[in-house]
Amino acid sequence: MHYVVPPDDFTRAGEASSAVKKTLKQIGMNPDVIRRVAIAMYEGEINMVIHAHGGEITVDVAPDRVDMVLADEGPGIADIERAMQAGYSTAPEEVRNLGFGAGMGLPNMKKYTDEMTVESTLGVGTTVRMSVFNHAG
Amino acid sequence: MNVQDIQRILRADLLCGEEHLGREVQTACGSDMMSDVLAYVKEQSVLLTGLVNPQVIRTAEMMDMVCIVFVRGKRPNEDMIELAKERSIVVMSTKFRMFTACGLLYEGGLKGGCKV
Ligand SMILES: Nc1ncnc2c1ncn2[C@@H]1O[C@H](COP(=O)(O)OP(=O)(O)OP(=O)(O)O)[C@@H](O)[C@H]1O
Ligand SMILES: [Mg+2]
Repeated sequence: MHYVVPPDDFTRAGEASSAVKKTLKQIGMNPDVIRRVAIAMYEGEINMVIHAHGGEITVDVAPDRVDMVLADEGPGIADIERAMQAGYSTAPEEVRNLGFGAGMGLPNMKKYTDEMTVESTLGVGTTVRMSVFNHAG
Repeated sequence: MNVQDIQRILRADLLCGEEHLGREVQTACGSDMMSDVLAYVKEQSVLLTGLVNPQVIRTAEMMDMVCIVFVRGKRPNEDMIELAKERSIVVMSTKFRMFTACGLLYEGGLKGGCKV
């Protein structure tokens, strides 16, 4: 599945995650996997909208795993290690007023997925890869 | 308790999800930060919030929540209600403030469900 996340459209952020969640439900994926994929992908999708200018998400579903790639051409992350720490956020006041910007997204994505890598180059963009395994088989 | 009990206790206006009023709920959380809801909430089925934007509905959707209560008389717009309807989420609005609304539900038997 492939989704384009439109730039600077806070209202529509989350549509891709919602669609993936719906599809996983329809194919009868393990509910724990659905929940973990939905939360991790949604956090990533929101990041693409509030920190970059939207981007593209590719999701591959297999019986034993769900792989997600979230790629944007936003400003990039200067210090990934720091960004991964709980509470670190560069979100401006207006983002906080929308209910985001606690610096919990990336650590939460890490928590809910089995594998996660973040690649980022300043001025070029950010690519987040995440995998959730279906331990139930 | 069920969703209907929440509506009664909070004297709330039901905005959508009448057909789900019988659904059982055990735990709730109150927050205006969706970041915190996504990061700290576990299995809670009711979200109380004073924040009004579409991401409140999305957050509840991702967390498999049953009911959203807007406090301080806040009301979502039609688009938000549509979104909630599509996802079978009950939406209501109470005049009580956050602290009082949470307190009333706690007194009524709803728990926080968080570990310290
Ligand atoms: N796609 C991205 N492009 C550029 N910077 C990003 C991106 N994703 C995250 N960041 C940077 O990493 C920081 C931490 O991200 P994280 O998701 O953990 O927190 P947040 O988005 O600021 O707040 P929260 O997720 O709790 O709402 C962000 O504040 C931002 O500086
Ligand atoms: Mg984030």
